[in-house]
Order: sequence, then C-alpha cells, then structure tokens
Amino acid sequence: MSSICLYLHVHQPFRVKDYTAMDMGADHAYFMPANEHSPQNNRSIFLKVAHKSYLPTNKILTDIIKRQSDFKVSLSITGTVLEQMEAWSPETLHSFQQLIATGNVEVLAETYYHSLAFFYSKAEFEKQVDMHAKKVQELFGVTPTVFRNTELMYNNDIAYWADKAGYKGIITEGWDKVLDWKSPNYVYRPAYTQNIRLLMKNYKLSDDIAFRFSNHDWAEWPLTAAKYAHWLHNLPQDDQIINLFMDYETFGEHQWQETGIFDFLTHFPIEFTRHHGGNFLTISEAIDTYEAKDFIDIPQTITWADEDRDMTAWLGNTMQRQAIEMLYRYEDEVLATHNTELIGDWRKLQASDHFYYMCTKWLHDGDVHAYFSPYDSPYQAFISFMNAARDLKLRIDQYKSKGVKHG
Amino acid sequence: MKILMLGWELPPHHSGGLGVACYQLCKALSYDGFNIDFVLPYHDKHENINFMNLIPATNLTAQESHYLGGIYDSERFVSGNARIEELPSDLRGLQAYYTRAMRDVVSKSAPEVIHAHDWLTFEAGVEAKKHSKAPLIAHVHATEFDRSGTNLGNPIIHDIEYNGLMMADRIVAVSQATKDIISRGYGIPADKIDVVHNSVDVSEFVKVYDNTTFSYLAEMKKQGYKVVVNLGRLTIQKGLTHLLRAAQLVVERDPKVLFLICGTGDQYHELLELSADLCIAENIFFTGTFVQGKAWHDAYDIGDMFIMPSVSEPFGIAPLEAIGHGTPALVSKQSGVSEVIRNMLLFDYWDHVRMADQILAMANYESLPVELYNNARLEFDQLSWADVAQKCHSIYKQLAAAKGGMA
Repeated sequence: MSSICLYLHVHQPFRVKDYTAMDMGADHAYFMPANEHSPQNNRSIFLKVAHKSYLPTNKILTDIIKRQSDFKVSLSITGTVLEQMEAWSPETLHSFQQLIATGNVEVLAETYYHSLAFFYSKAEFEKQVDMHAKKVQELFGVTPTVFRNTELMYNNDIAYWADKAGYKGIITEGWDKVLDWKSPNYVYRPAYTQNIRLLMKNYKLSDDIAFRFSNHDWAEWPLTAAKYAHWLHNLPQDDQIINLFMDYETFGEHQWQETGIFDFLTHFPIEFTRHHGGNFLTISEAIDTYEAKDFIDIPQTITWADEDRDMTAWLGNTMQRQAIEMLYRYEDEVLATHNTELIGDWRKLQASDHFYYMCTKWLHDGDVHAYFSPYDSPYQAFISFMNAARDLKLRIDQYKSKGVKHG
Repeated sequence: MKILMLGWELPPHHSGGLGVACYQLCKALSYDGFNIDFVLPYHDKHENINFMNLIPATNLTAQESHYLGGIYDSERFVSGNARIEELPSDLRGLQAYYTRAMRDVVSKSAPEVIHAHDWLTFEAGVEAKKHSKAPLIAHVHATEFDRSGTNLGNPIIHDIEYNGLMMADRIVAVSQATKDIISRGYGIPADKIDVVHNSVDVSEFVKVYDNTTFSYLAEMKKQGYKVVVNLGRLTIQKGLTHLLRAAQLVVERDPKVLFLICGTGDQYHELLELSADLCIAENIFFTGTFVQGKAWHDAYDIGDMFIMPSVSEPFGIAPLEAIGHGTPALVSKQSGVSEVIRNMLLFDYWDHVRMADQILAMANYESLPVELYNNARLEFDQLSWADVAQKCHSIYKQLAAAKGGMA
C-alpha cells in the first residue's frame, strides 16, 4: 500500500511598490507603500492571506495531528514570509510554531529570499541557504535535511550541490519530459550523486487539488475527500509514494473557503488512512522507508511552474534578464558596504516573484501570471523594479564615497 | 449589395484619421463585393480610388471645403441656421448643401444600407433614410464629448449628434470607450451599439525609412539622445499640455530626452509658450505644420517611442502607425486603441508623474522598448481591415434581414 508525501510551500515576497523615477534619490522604502490599499501593500496582503489561509489551515492541520498521530506533512517556509510574520502577525508565527512542535512536520531547507541565486552567484546562494537554516533553527528548533530550490528549479548541478552539502533529499517537478516512461510515484537517485534521494511531484493529482478543485467545468467537480482517496487507492499496487506538492496558500487563498477546500483537507487524511489503508510520510521518512527505484538524469533546468516547466516564466524575456543581471552585478559592491539595510534591500530584490511579475507570456498562456501579479502590466512591474534597483545602486555609491571621506 | 456611404473627406484630401478609416473600410468592403456610392462635400481628384463611386455634393475643391471648416473644427461651427445659398459660405451651409443633395443621390441609385460617418453627415443620413427607406448606420469615430476634451462642447453639434444617433437603426462605435460615452452621454441603449475597432493596413508599413527630414534629431540620436514623438492636431483633445508638464519632469532628470511634436492647431502658440515657461524649450521641437508624405514616415521612424496623451480618444490610429514604423507606443488610458493592442504603456492623461516615469524608463532601460515593441508587433501583424469589413458586413446583413422581415 502506498504512502502520501504532502508538501506545502509557504511564501510571501516583499513586493516593490509603485516606485517612480520621481521617487528615486528621495524615498528608499521600496517595499512600503504609503497607501494601505495599494495592490503592492505587503502588510495588507500578508494579513489577508494569514486570515484566509495560514491561520485556519494551521488549525486544521494541528487538529488532524491531534486526531490521528500518523498524519505527516512537510513544509517549506521562506525567510521573507517569516520576517513578515514576525513584523505583522506574531499570532501566525505562533500557530506555525505550534504545528511544527507536534513533531509530525518536517521543515525543508531553501534560499531565505526565494531567489534564483543558484544560477547567478553560488556564494550568495549558499549564504541564503545558511541564513534560512539559522532562521528555521531559531524559530522552530529544527534543522532541515531535505532541500527544495526556489520554484522547485532543479537540474543535475543542483542535486550535486545538495548531495555535497549533506542533504538526504531534494524535490522537484515530476515532469513527463524528464520522467519519460517512469512514474513519479517512486524514490529516485539523481545522476552523478552519492547519497541523496529525489522525490518528484505527481502534478496530475496535486493539481486536482491546487488548480482544478473549484473548477465547475471540470468533469470531476465536485471533488470529495472520499472520491480522491479512492483514486489514490486504485493506483498500481507497487507504487511507493504519491507526492502531493503545492503552495500552502492553496488552502483558503487560491481555493477560497467557500469552495469547500477546508472540508476536503479535514476529511481526506482519515479517508485515505482509515478506509483505504494508506499512510502519510514526511519526505525524510519516505526516503528512509523506500529504496531508490532508479536514477534520474536531468541536465536541463525544470520547475514546477506553468505549462512549459522551464525558466521562461522568470527569465524568458529581455526585461527579466536585464533586471536580474543588473542586480547581481551589484553583489561585490553591496556586500563590501557591510551595511545590513543595503544588503537586506538588495536581497529582497532577488525574490523570484519580481521577475515573474515581468513575464509577458500571459499574451499566450494567460491567467496564472495575471492572478499573481500586483501590477497593471509586466512593463509596470519592470519599471518599478528597475527604478528601485537603480536607487539602491545610488545608495551604494553614496555609502562608498562617504566611507572614503571619513576614512 | 448597394451601400450609400456618407463621409466628409478621403485621402489624399484628409486632415485626420477619419478620412483614412473611411478609405480603408470602403476598400475592404469593395473586395467583399459591395457596391459603394461615397458622397463627399467637395469635388476633387482621387486618383487612388477606383473601387467605389465618388459623388461630389458641391463644386467646391477639397481645399475650399476645408477652408469652411474641417470635420474636427466644431468650435468654428457657430451658426444656428442653415444658410442655403448658391454656394455654401460656412461649414453649416456646406452641411446643409450636402444634406439637400441626398434626395437626388438616392433617387438616382437606391441604397440598401446607408452608412454615415460622424456628425457632419448624420443629418444627411437621416435625409437619405427618409427618401430611400433604407436603414441607417451611424458610425461614430468621435463624439462632441471627445472633441471638446470631455466637456459638453458645442450645443448645436451635441443636438445634431443626438438626433443622428436616435434616428439611426444601428450605431457603430470605434471602441468600447466610445460606446460607453454614447450610451452614457446620449442615453442610447447599449444594445443598439456595436463596437467595431479600426485597423491598419499592415502592408503599408513595409518600407525602410532613411530619415533625412529630421537630420538634427538624427545627429542627436547618434550622441545618445532619445526622441519622443507625437503626431496630431494641437488641440485640447490631444492632451499636449499634460505631455509638456511630464516632459519637464523628464528633462529635469534626463536632459538627453528630446520631444518632437508634429502638427498644428489652435493650441500651437499656447504650447510654444508653455514649453518656454517650463524651461524645456531646448528639448521640445514643434514642426508647426502637419507632416505629410516622407516627413510623416520619418517622424514616426525617428522616434525611440511614440506618445499619445489624449484626454479622450475614441480610437486613435497614430500609435498603430508608430508600431508599423517600428516605434513602441505610450498612450493614455482614455484611448480606444488600447483595447486593440495590449502591449503599450498606459497612463492617465492627467498623471504627469506616471507619464514621465514611463518616458524615463523607455529612455534608460533598453530592454523595455525592445520587449514592448516586439510584443506589440505580434498583435499589430494580426490586424486587418478585412476583419473590420467583415463586422460591418454582418451588421448590413442583420439590417437587411430585419427590413425584409417587416416588408
């Protein structure tokens, strides 16, 4: 009988406000819109998501664990969303602490700033992974042993790095083009590695919950806990694990309470374990439980986002590439200032979300990007970002010249 | 099918977008086999037109008729009573003359549909309908609300427009924005109005331009200056005072941005004075006349970006012409053309900060104009007057069927 690995990703970026050339040189609060109702107001967005999703979902997950001690879940929580919890909603932070304190929750490692640093600066990437591990240890008292890269971006190099860094596991998308005839429902060993294991998202079953759950045009709507558990039960007998990977915000934010998503979450675990004899495992437990079925060779980078499952949603157009290349060119100078404010702003600008908002693919494949963007257009997203990044550069230059003056 | 088309001007004797739109629409309709009688208020050569019958309503030359007032000169149109003399001596007189010709026109050649373009021909349309019993389409390229910069405008024209719209069997608006104005401003039920966007003839923009008209600007561009172009009538509707105020914000931050404003109109001297008052005269170039022929091509071609800050623009063909010349466009949100091309930068005409920010970003962030243009070009290449003719065709069919049903 197979096991479920339920993995949820918790993240909020610091969105750049509507920051114009007229603000440059005068206003350096890129992430703090004056207007509470601004579409880029990070505090308002965070509080909305906390009340719609984080608080009710944490309560449900904690209750399930109280009810059935064999329920397990894996989480990744970015440093930026943790900072937001600390600043704006200690109540939310506390609810995550309680959930993790049950011992049934595994916390994964990742970059603190939800960045693409792996592809631009290995030193900066390692620094951010380290910062994240410290933050998780400080707030939750646990040390991650499984790595997830931003947006589940994955290739052989990343697996090689994670293996060398001592992680026991890594996760990515179970994309057909790399799996070929293989099934995502097994533990794998990444090519060219020694000890690390790879788990791959079953995107069909994951997206039934994350994307299709409330779609009335979907033939399977409405999706009940019983029906879904029955599907899983009918998978081939020798399948090991079903990797249900999705955004944490699926519960209550992407799928609103009115869709019945919370009822589904409440009832599904008991349906699956009690009526169908399955069990839940954290990602580490799955790796300990099952032997690797085969090795997987993925030279090109894959991700868990949009139709193409490649990097084009973040780096597909010239604006995205100009913006990110400019930002990483500042690396040496900004680090040389040793100024925490400047370095912090530089790192917040590294969040992959900024580049995602600049994606122009919505011309063709539509609504997914539009839904998650707080800007009128990808061009407006680019303009605000570039203005902020250039202002940051100005501050770095001013800081340097001051430093010289005062010796 | 016989169409009686009522218009005020056709290229090359035209002063704005209306003449071009009528020309292109009729050409595309003639390809679909429609037999068109086009009545003009003047008698002049149109060597470019052999696809329809041109019927002059007077013996005036095109120049003489323009001297009485053009389609856009509503403020010069003051007389309340039609003076019907041997030859018309003002715009109202010319209009009465044109209207009076209808009885004769329809008795010689009975139309199946009457298609009248804008207020100057609406009375004639009603007259032709009276004598022929054919259904009337009032095609609105601009309302008096637009021409007056969202004010009520000339009350006489307001009345003519209202009567024409009430008497029409069907109304065609060149944008959703115009449909909304007609519906809100004149209380016409929305279901009487079809939106048929204008288009461009993509094949007209295949040439490579050598740009010898603006050799000073060409030289400045070699020195790293950027050129912002505007073309059109210098009148309140076009929002150019707002552009100058934005230009001041731009030049303060980047003196290497130049503005080329092509055209003339009642605001010309006011704009000259304003650019001096704002201390940006050095960066602003006025042609002081309408640019035509090669100069027209060169004006679009020399721009690094084209801007149309109209206060109210029912459609606005100029940005499409700019894109046809390889120049990306910035337009006010109050412009109907933004319903057709999504890849333009949008601003509210009164938002000088936004306008300035976008101009500065276009001038300084090189990937932005590239991305904006490439994506706009994909949309541009889809445009075709054949689609516009197709939409008119189906409206004709509906009207003919409704009339047949009543008989």
